[in-house]
Amino acid sequence: MSLQAWTFLIVGFTFAIYLVIAWLSRVRDTRGFYVAGQGIPASANGMATAADWMSAASFLSMAGLISTMGYAGSMYLMGWTGGYVLLALLLAPYLRKFGHFTVPDFIGDRYSSNTARVVAVVCAVFISFTYVAGQMRGVGIVFSRFLEVDVNVGVYVGVAIVFVYATLGGMKGITWTQVAQYWVLITAFLTPAIAISLDLMGTPIPQIGLGGALADGTPLLEKLDLIHADLGFASYTQPFVGSWDKLNVFCVTLALMAGTAGLPHVIVRFYTVRTVAAARWSAFWAILFIALLYLTAPAVGAFARYTMLDGLHGRAASELPEWFHKWEKTGLILWLDDGDGRVAYTGPARAEENELFRSGTLSPAAVADLRADHQRWLDGTGGRDGRVELRQAGLSGPDNDIIVLATPEMARLANWIIALVAAGGLAAALSTASGLLLVISSSVAHDLYYRILNPRATEAQRLMVGRTVIGFAVVVAGFLGIYPPGFVSQVVAFAFGLAASSFFPVIVLGIFSRRIGTVPAITGMVVGVVFTASYILGSLYGGMPPWAFGIGPQGIGVVGMALNFAVTIAMTPFFPAPNETVQRLILSIREPEGAGPGLEIERAAEAD
Amino acid sequence: MAVLLLIWAAVGLGAGILFADSLSSYRIGGFPLGFWFAQQGSILVFVALILAYAVIMNRLDRKHHEDLEMAARADAGADRLDAARAAVEGAGRTAGGTP
Repeated sequence: MSLQAWTFLIVGFTFAIYLVIAWLSRVRDTRGFYVAGQGIPASANGMATAADWMSAASFLSMAGLISTMGYAGSMYLMGWTGGYVLLALLLAPYLRKFGHFTVPDFIGDRYSSNTARVVAVVCAVFISFTYVAGQMRGVGIVFSRFLEVDVNVGVYVGVAIVFVYATLGGMKGITWTQVAQYWVLITAFLTPAIAISLDLMGTPIPQIGLGGALADGTPLLEKLDLIHADLGFASYTQPFVGSWDKLNVFCVTLALMAGTAGLPHVIVRFYTVRTVAAARWSAFWAILFIALLYLTAPAVGAFARYTMLDGLHGRAASELPEWFHKWEKTGLILWLDDGDGRVAYTGPARAEENELFRSGTLSPAAVADLRADHQRWLDGTGGRDGRVELRQAGLSGPDNDIIVLATPEMARLANWIIALVAAGGLAAALSTASGLLLVISSSVAHDLYYRILNPRATEAQRLMVGRTVIGFAVVVAGFLGIYPPGFVSQVVAFAFGLAASSFFPVIVLGIFSRRIGTVPAITGMVVGVVFTASYILGSLYGGMPPWAFGIGPQGIGVVGMALNFAVTIAMTPFFPAPNETVQRLILSIREPEGAGPGLEIERAAEAD
Repeated sequence: MAVLLLIWAAVGLGAGILFADSLSSYRIGGFPLGFWFAQQGSILVFVALILAYAVIMNRLDRKHHEDLEMAARADAGADRLDAARAAVEGAGRTAGGTP
């Protein structure tokens, strides 16, 4: 059966499952809509969190980034998993104890201020929309690659599916579909990884295969380092070579860690379990399920890198593997020969010899023109060396996204496995998108409408507003998917910096200190996020050089976070402490569960 | 908690990044050590940390619960004792009142 047919079948099957689950978990009240009735078992919640967490970026791009960046790719691995530790230890159980529905809820109540609440709502909505634009785009791209339809058609289909299960079931529907999506995506990721590990390294366990020896006895990583040196690439395993120096690796990793712990759609996943103890276990299950993918991605990256270099460099046109021809049509990998009829794939140190490129944002027409021109140059009838132009446009080397998508074909796996990868990518994108959309909906419908504008709203009214907002947000997200704000995967990384500089400090300080009052907290939050946002926008669109210790825009969230902490703490002595009610709230959050009476008993004992 | 965070920093930021270059002269299996920590080891440690945290904190919670319950029972006992004493005194006064 053709790939297209398999894709329709498998993707259609998974979509049907999601819709059935959505129907079975439809909700009748706001508690169900926003926090899934708080009855989700810890292990299931862990699976849902893992799926919510692993977006199209984790699934599709990360292995590709690792295969291109080698050691430096670890920033994403450590940043995104290490952040979980921060979340589990510093945030999750306390916020679950707090027991309300959203993050702006906590900030508004802890700092007794509607201004704080509104600032939090703005940050949450901004961060979530940025992130979700990337997911909807990802959905469109997967559809276009595998079903050979236009990207926008894919976005429409994605929008329709999410619309149904998000409005019907709210958080409950979203959670249980995320559980299903986790299993789809992990199967889709592991199957090719195990197959290629078996084929290349002789072991079905990719992590062992990564450290193993090739058929000729050389360790894979050593071989990769040798090939890299030969072809003019920076070492694969050596740290801090190439453009990623120690400071920037450190800052980006830290920004990703703190940002992870500050992302509203991840935090809110801990509101849905039954107890505080369950929140802690849920955090454990989540990182375990996430680790299954994250421990495998480096192996996929290395195997694919080796296969690509070995399979392409120095080959004549007739010797090229089949997957290469297929992917050449998509523009994710282009070959412009220098006339010797053999492929040369070289790195920055031998840049002029490189013949492999990607189309990036160039239109298919522009690429065709370039090729025609290049052919004329080869034939000696004028034209230009297309390689120079592509090199100057920064398009050397194949596209990163090709790695995960092409790996099953590199391993010569059956069509149905390739279709499964498509379903996995879609599962990853849709699960994250739905989590983000719920945050947007709850911020507007619960925090803005109910807590501020209309506190007398009935359950039915609140539910109606919630459903309407999420429906509306899905459509806007689809629109952003069709007209993305450019550089989408970079923008996702920036969302982390914004979360690290705005939410992370204000929540951590709010939980662990009773002294921090309203004005210092709001000021800290605003300073952190404005600094980070302007630095990022300045670097991206204003050509601003990285003046803050040489830290680039991806890592600047660390500085923003430090500013937030510093400003808040420095201002605190000059402003009043929170009132009695809030102080008791904080103490009760930090006490273990059921300690309400415990607090009175201790107070009574002191009074004696 | 502080210990767990220290380990988190030591492995994630320390072994994975700050000392990755000096660690690279050692090998584990087929990997340079710094590289292994960054791409595999740190993640394994993170999983272990959260496991340790869940187990230890939940145990502490349970113990705190039990302490509170004992305190509550003791207080209830003390309250009953006070009430009994008050009743006896009240009865004594009444009894004493009649010559």
